[in-house]
Amino acid sequence: MATTETQINRSIGKVRPHQTQNEGLVFEKSSPGKKAYKLPPLDVPEVDAAALLGDAHRKTAGLLPELSEIEIIRHFTRLSTWNYAIDLGMYPLGSCTMKYNPRVNEFVSRIEGLAEAHPYRPESLAQGVLEIIDLLQRCLIEITGMDSITLQPAAGAHGEFTGILLVRAWHESQGNARRKIIIPDSAHGTNPATAAICGYQVENLKSNAEGGIDLEALARQVDEDTAALMLTNPSTLGVFENEIHKIADILHAKGALLYMDGANMNALVGKVRPGDFGVDVMHLNLHKTFSTPHGGGGPGSGPVACKKFLEPFLPTPVLVQDKNGAKSWNYDRPQSVGRVRAFYGNTGMFIRALAYILANGPDGLRQTTEDAVLNANYIRKNLEDLYELPYKTPSMHEVVFSDKRQAVKGVKTGDIGKRLIDYGFHPYTVSFPLIVHGALMIEPTESESLEELDLFINAMRSIAKEVEETPELVKTAPHSTRVSRLDEVQAARKPILRWRPDGK
Amino acid sequence: MRYLPKSPAEREQMLKAIGAQAIDDLFAIIPAEYRLTRDLDVPRQQAESEIIDYFKSAANKNATDYASFLGAGCYRHYRPVIIDALVQRGEFLTSYTPYQPEITQGTLQAIFEFQTMIAELTGMDVANASMYDGSTGAAEAVLMAMRVTGRQKAVVARTVHPEYREVLHTYLQFRDLPTTDIGYVGETGRVDLEALEAAVTQETAAVLVQSPNFFGVIEDIPAIAEIAHKKGALLIVSIAEAVSLGVVRPPVEADIVSMEAQSFGVALSYGGPFCGVIAAKEQFLRQMPGRLAGQTVDGNGNRGFVLTLSTREQHIRREKATSNICTNQALVALMATIFLTVYGKEGIRELAEHNLAKSAYAAKTLSEQPGVKLLFNGAPRFHEFVLQTQETPAQWSQRLLDEKIVGGIDLGRWYPELKNATLWCATEVVARGTIDHAAKVLAAAPVEA
Repeated sequence: MATTETQINRSIGKVRPHQTQNEGLVFEKSSPGKKAYKLPPLDVPEVDAAALLGDAHRKTAGLLPELSEIEIIRHFTRLSTWNYAIDLGMYPLGSCTMKYNPRVNEFVSRIEGLAEAHPYRPESLAQGVLEIIDLLQRCLIEITGMDSITLQPAAGAHGEFTGILLVRAWHESQGNARRKIIIPDSAHGTNPATAAICGYQVENLKSNAEGGIDLEALARQVDEDTAALMLTNPSTLGVFENEIHKIADILHAKGALLYMDGANMNALVGKVRPGDFGVDVMHLNLHKTFSTPHGGGGPGSGPVACKKFLEPFLPTPVLVQDKNGAKSWNYDRPQSVGRVRAFYGNTGMFIRALAYILANGPDGLRQTTEDAVLNANYIRKNLEDLYELPYKTPSMHEVVFSDKRQAVKGVKTGDIGKRLIDYGFHPYTVSFPLIVHGALMIEPTESESLEELDLFINAMRSIAKEVEETPELVKTAPHSTRVSRLDEVQAARKPILRWRPDGK
Repeated sequence: MRYLPKSPAEREQMLKAIGAQAIDDLFAIIPAEYRLTRDLDVPRQQAESEIIDYFKSAANKNATDYASFLGAGCYRHYRPVIIDALVQRGEFLTSYTPYQPEITQGTLQAIFEFQTMIAELTGMDVANASMYDGSTGAAEAVLMAMRVTGRQKAVVARTVHPEYREVLHTYLQFRDLPTTDIGYVGETGRVDLEALEAAVTQETAAVLVQSPNFFGVIEDIPAIAEIAHKKGALLIVSIAEAVSLGVVRPPVEADIVSMEAQSFGVALSYGGPFCGVIAAKEQFLRQMPGRLAGQTVDGNGNRGFVLTLSTREQHIRREKATSNICTNQALVALMATIFLTVYGKEGIRELAEHNLAKSAYAAKTLSEQPGVKLLFNGAPRFHEFVLQTQETPAQWSQRLLDEKIVGGIDLGRWYPELKNATLWCATEVVARGTIDHAAKVLAAAPVEA
C-alpha cells in the first residue's frame, strides 16, 4: 500500500518538517590556500625540519581539509542539526539513561584552573582538583554504601573490567583464582565480554518467570569454582531483585562474590544502597546516573566501589591524605591489580558529576530517583492496554514491553521505533534485553515533564492504531528524516570507512 | 529541585493515574530492611552560584599562573575557541551513540571525517571511531595483534610511556600472555635493535613501540618493522603526541597504530577525558576493536552513514567477545576533528614546525647551562628532550617553582638507571622568555663549598 502525504501529516501533532541544509564532507568543501588559523610569530630561531629530522621528516602532508572559520562553523553546525538530542526532546533509550545534562556542569569543567591542570604537576599545585576528586569519592561511597572507590575506569565496561580484576585478585590472594563467573541471561552484553577478557569462563543463568534470579537455580549453580555473580540491579527489565540479600547469601556461603552492574543506579540513589544489601563490588556510570553528557557515544566514566576487603587490590594510584589535609597519590600498593588507565581517570567527568550532586543535595537526589520511577510507571500504566507487558513485576526506572501484538500485523519493534521518529521522539531501545522477544525498552528518566510524557504516550498509542489500520505506514517509517532507512547490509559487506579524493 | 520539571500537583495526579497512594508504593518491592530512611550524607543542595564558587575556589588552589615544561603523554597546545563553541551545541553534546542513523547523521558524518583524518595522518588504511585513551588503546592493539596472528607473546619497548606499559600489564596479567621488555641505546634513547632482534621469535604476536618515544626521540620505524615482520610479528606503533604527525613521517610500515589524540584540541583536564584511536592496515579491520562509521545509501540513493561491522562488538558475541569496549569518546573525537579542520593540511605542518623550533631552542638553551647535559642527542626528536643535571631535580625544581615555573618531570620514578634525568617539553605555547628564565634559574645552582 502506498503511503500518502495526507496519512503522514494527519497523524502527527508534535512535529513540523525541519529545514536543514545539505552539507558535503568537509574534504569536499576544501580548497588549497584557505586558512582558519593564524600562528603567532615564532619568537625563537626557525629550524630546518628536514635537516633536523632526516629520514624521519614527513615529506607529504596528510590530506586534511583547508577551510575558513565561517565555513567550519557552518559545516559542523549543519551537521549538528541532523542529530536528535536530549535538548530537543525525550530520548527514551532504555538502559542508556538519557537525562538532562545541566549546563553549569559544562561551565565548571571548563574553568581554567581545572581544564588546564596537567596530570604531572606537583601535587602541591593540584590540591584543588584533588579536593574535587576526594569529595566526589566520598559522595559516591555514601550513595553506594560501599567502603572504597577508584575513579580510574574510563567507562562502564572499563569499570566492569576493573571490578572483575578486583574479584580475581582477591580470590588469588585466598589461594585460588577460581574458574567461572555466573551471568544472568538478562545482563548487559558487556558483562560476559568482561568476564571473558579477565580469563573467566562464563556460565549463563536463566531468569525466572518474573525476570529475576531463580534462587534455586543459582544455589545449584554456585560452587567452590565460582568467582562471582555479575548482577545488574535493577535488571535490564527494570526490575529490582527483591531477594537480593538471599542472592548474596548463596554466593557468600560458597566463598563467591556479588558483583553489581550499577548502570541502573538511577533507580536507587537515595532510596537504597547496594552496600547495605550484600554487594561486594560494583561500578557506576557517571554519564548515566550523574548527568555527564553522552556526547554522541562518549566520554564515559565508570568508577568502581567496593567493600573494605577488596580495597588493597584497587588500581594504582590511590588518593590519600596526610594529617594536615594535604592530598597526594599513593603508588605503593603491593596487592593492587595495577593501572587500568594512564593518569587518574576522566577527571573532566568527575567535575561534572560532582556539580550535579551539589546541585541536587540529598533531597534532590532522592526526588530525582522518585521522579524517574514515577515516570516509567506512568508510561507503563498508559500503554499496557495496547502493548504486551511480558513481565508483570513492578517496574523501576524503565519498562519493557514486547511487540507481540503488533507482530501479528507484521510490524516489529524496530518499525515502531522508527515511526516514533516521525512523532518527534528518539526511538526507545530496540530488541533488548535479549530475554524479551521483540523488546521495546523505555526509560523516560526524571527529566521529562508531564506534558512530554503525555505526548510520548499519545504517539505510542497513535502508532498502535496505525499498526491496526495502516501497517505499511509504520513499516516504512521514518518519513520525515533527511535520509530514509539506510542500507546497513551494503555498509557491512563493502565497508567504506573513509573518504578518498578519487571518490573510491 | 530545579532540574525536575514536575509540580507537586502533577506528581499527585500521576500517582493517582497509576493507582498508587504514595511514591513509596513504587519502591515496595525493595525489602523494607534495606530501604534508606535517612538523608544521604552528601553536601546540601546548592545554588548555581554556589556551585560555581566552589569550583572556582578549587581551581584557584591549582595555581594557574605557573608556566610549565610538562609533557609526558599529555600536551599543552592552543585550543581554538570554536572547538568548545561547536561541541557545546546540544545536538552534539546531548545525543547518544548513533544507533538510529536516520536521526544521528551529524555524529555519524563527523565520525567518518575523523576516521578519514586519522587514516591520512597515520598512513593507515582505516581508523576506528575512538578508544578510551592512548594507554588502553595500546593494550587493545596488543590484544588485537594476538587475535590476528594467533600468537600469545608481545615484545614491548621500555621507551613506551611507562603508564601505558603498566596498563598493558594489567590487561594481560590474568590471561597468561607474557611480554618481554626491550631496553634503549644510551647514546640515542632509541629501541635497542639488537636486543629486539634477539627477543622477537616465531611466537611473538606484536612488537609495541612508541614514536616519538617517551624520551621524545623518534624511533627508527622502518628498521623495527623489518625485525618484527621477518618473524611474522605485527608492529604496533603507539603515538602519544599526535601533533608530531604534522612534520614526522607517519609509521607506514606499522600494521597497527594506536594513538592518543589529546593534542588535537583536547584540554589537559588533569589527565582526561582524552581520545585514543586505533588505526590499521585494511586486512586487520575485522579484528579491530571499537566502533566504526561507514558510508552507505538510503532507500532513495542518498549518501548516508551508519555504525557498521558491529558483529565484532561485545553485544553480539557476548562470552566469545575479545574486547568489552562499549563507550567511545565521540565528543572528544569531534574536538579533534574540528581542531584538524581549523589547522588543515598546511596548518598542522606549520604548528608542528613551531613545536620543533621551540623545543630545539629550549633543549639548546637549557643544556648550555653549567651542570646540565642533553641526553639522547644522537637521534631526531620532536618537542620533548631529556636533561641530566648535577643537582637533583628536587633541588632545582623548587627554585623554578619559586619563580612560578614547573620544570621537567623526574624520570627516576620510572627509570632508576637515569640519575637526575628529567623530561622536558616545549610546545608552541611556551614563550621564549619562559625558556630563558628557566635557563637562568638552572644556572643559578648554589656553589658547592
